[in-house]
Amino acid sequence: MTATDPLVSVRPRKRANPLAGIWRRPLTAVALAVVLTVTVAVILAPLLAPHPPLAQDLLHARSGPSGSHPLGTDDLGRDVLSRLLYGGRPALLGTAVAVGVYIVLGMTLGILAGYLRGWTDRVIVAVMDVMLSVPIVILMLAVLAIFSQSNVAAMLTLGVLSSAGLARIIRSACIGLREELFVDAAKVSGLGPVRIMARHIFPGLVGQLLVQVCLFSGIALMVQTGLGFLGLATPPPAPSWGGMVGEASQVIQQSPGLLVVTGGLIGLMSLSFGLLGDGLRDLDQDRRRGISAGARKPGRVPIAKETAETPDTAPDTGVLAVRDYSIAFATAQGPRTVVDSVGFTVHPGEIFGLVGESGSGKTVTGLSLLGLLAPGGTVTGGSAWLAGTRITGLPERELQRIRGKEIALVSQEPMVALDPYFTIGSQLGEVVRRTGGVTGGKDAVRQRVRELLTSVHLRDPDDVARRYPHELSGGMVQRVVIAMALAGSPKVLIADEPTTALDVTVQAGILDLLRSLRDERGMAIVLITHDLGVVADVCDRAIVMEKGRIVEEGPVEDIFYRPRHPYTKKLIASTPSIATTEGRIA
Amino acid sequence: MTGTPVLQVDGLAVRYPSRGLRKPPITVIEDVSFEVGQAETVALVGESGSGKTTIGRAVLGLTPVSGGRVLLDGRDITHLTGRARRALSTDIQAIFQNPYGSLNPALPVGRTLAEPLLADSTRARSEVRDHIADLLRRVGLPEDAADRYPAQFSGGQRQRIAIARAVARQPRLIICDEPTSALDVTTQAAALDLLSELQQSLGCAYLFITHDLAVVKEFAARTLVLQHGRIVEEGSSTDVCDRPKHEYTQRLVASAPVPDPVLQRSRRQRRLELEATS
Repeated sequence: MTATDPLVSVRPRKRANPLAGIWRRPLTAVALAVVLTVTVAVILAPLLAPHPPLAQDLLHARSGPSGSHPLGTDDLGRDVLSRLLYGGRPALLGTAVAVGVYIVLGMTLGILAGYLRGWTDRVIVAVMDVMLSVPIVILMLAVLAIFSQSNVAAMLTLGVLSSAGLARIIRSACIGLREELFVDAAKVSGLGPVRIMARHIFPGLVGQLLVQVCLFSGIALMVQTGLGFLGLATPPPAPSWGGMVGEASQVIQQSPGLLVVTGGLIGLMSLSFGLLGDGLRDLDQDRRRGISAGARKPGRVPIAKETAETPDTAPDTGVLAVRDYSIAFATAQGPRTVVDSVGFTVHPGEIFGLVGESGSGKTVTGLSLLGLLAPGGTVTGGSAWLAGTRITGLPERELQRIRGKEIALVSQEPMVALDPYFTIGSQLGEVVRRTGGVTGGKDAVRQRVRELLTSVHLRDPDDVARRYPHELSGGMVQRVVIAMALAGSPKVLIADEPTTALDVTVQAGILDLLRSLRDERGMAIVLITHDLGVVADVCDRAIVMEKGRIVEEGPVEDIFYRPRHPYTKKLIASTPSIATTEGRIA
Repeated sequence: MTGTPVLQVDGLAVRYPSRGLRKPPITVIEDVSFEVGQAETVALVGESGSGKTTIGRAVLGLTPVSGGRVLLDGRDITHLTGRARRALSTDIQAIFQNPYGSLNPALPVGRTLAEPLLADSTRARSEVRDHIADLLRRVGLPEDAADRYPAQFSGGQRQRIAIARAVARQPRLIICDEPTSALDVTTQAAALDLLSELQQSLGCAYLFITHDLAVVKEFAARTLVLQHGRIVEEGSSTDVCDRPKHEYTQRLVASAPVPDPVLQRSRRQRRLELEATS
């Protein structure tokens, strides 16, 4: 139905892999490589380290990089590379413990609270509040006072207390997901709550989880090395990253390079975790927006038929004339034609139907006349003329001058057309000032606003002007939007499915209004619709479109009583009618 | 209608607590009673805010009921929860309005269809696979559909998948909540044909919730018209559409446009007269 439809439909969806497309983001890929390399090296320390971590060689103390000591030696002549490899073990173990607890506890609490709600939610939220209000560092020091030098106990504490933060994020995401229709559908299918949480809720949370985990990994690493620096988590002389920074800081005058190597590695790891988190968040967003892993950027659409080939003189009939008009959208597979050599003429005082199903190109055709094609769309051939002026290929500034004054739009979703933060009166007043050519001050504008609201048959225009959009019913809002379109006294009104979102009783009133506007103002209305009932009710003439081509055109009586094309016949036969005397099923 | 009705709804009321301490609860449904017989199609018609969707959700146990009873085959299921409610899924199923939202985008179609079957846990996996292949064939989808994701199907195809899921365990009653209103007319016609074909072969009853009287007339035997949470008219679909008695039904019928310009012109004239007199 919308202009972007053809683009979306050609893109098959792959299984949701949070890492898909990482190679398009070099920084994220590098960060991932750093984290993986360091982790593997640390795990394989006994195999990779050139020296035992505690072996002293006082003759070569504080030496620079050399063949047998690639990163030099420390104050006691111990090999720095070997100590870094072994020292990473408490650092990464501590981080892994904290992150593991963080994930398990945060996810479990978050999903339970967010999905089950009720008293479970209340208890969990209360517990989370308590956890978040405990000063983490002080509690960790207290734990270390009891479990002396226990890296695991300290990092476990960090993980438990921090998990409340993750649980909060997961809980709110979960509250959104449980309202999804597919969760209701799963309930109706007879699935139990555990299965629903595991199979339907959890996959939707993975993206957010990954981001949070990366950020927390960086924090946990900093805290662990901080403990090491203080000599609290790993007893010297055993190597640890934090402890090595501490040792290096004591000899900073004699060998400043030592601090660069040890501190630098911690910094690099922490930075990599952060970058990885940012990158995964962006990938997750891309995935949500539907930019799939292998998608190439769509190229430009070449203008196949030179628009100059079409005659430069205006067609002498009709207020709106469209000739040999084609529109294509750029896709990764190349240009895709969605409107193919369409031509029609709309006369003043006529309601002209652009009829078709989704994907027929009716909306794209209508919006392109206003210069409102979605990104990637181009008029590839033919031209459109508005009251003798060629509007195809006009620069944006010229189009802005025409839009609202010569040709205006009423869209399908009336609420979207209005700003919820301003009253109807102020929004309408702004349009009047811009397009209406009202001379005079505030009073003149207010007077014009009242006239416009009256002209769309709103009973109490002053009251409506004072209200905000959400205070009005759907039908009233659509009337306001029509009033807005009328502000510049346009010659042509494009109405894109103006009643599709409305109830039938309200729809009837809006269609009455369009009819009376046509009669009173002699305005031409192009009505884009899929509903043949609406076409029969208001249209004088219409075209029926299928897959971008016109298959039928003429006065509505001809279309309904003497359809020539099989598609038109099928469309009429498929449209249910309340007036049929016999139903499909008795 | 033969024997006991599949579904009996008796004095159903749904109220939501309103914000603020002293304010009375908001009534969405009040004193709604109706029956759906075996293999019968009953339509529930109303405009937005009439409470038609809420009735469907109350029958499905997705919305708490404040008063009245819901009986399935004469058995009270109003306040069933947990395991007992889940056991009902073999008897009551649903097709929702939005085929884009009702299928989990992260699961292949075959997995979505298999889930309720495997939840029974009495069937072997190979048996389930064959059953799904058979279901997909029945609703007119290609065989490889099971391995694809919902996003790879059109709206009409997704609704067929949703229909396949609903009929998978041969339920006695299917709640259809605006099952075709998001579809194109030609797709809608095909979906309605599929529904009636399945009804004939499986013998299931439909509670068909819709805003579209024209669809009702062609598809349902009986119709209930709902306004502000109450049933204002009830009768055979032909009677309700051709000889509406209640003022609101008359307005609904008069407002529905028909795909026939000359007939529509006279109907419009009648509607304007009706509006002038009321």
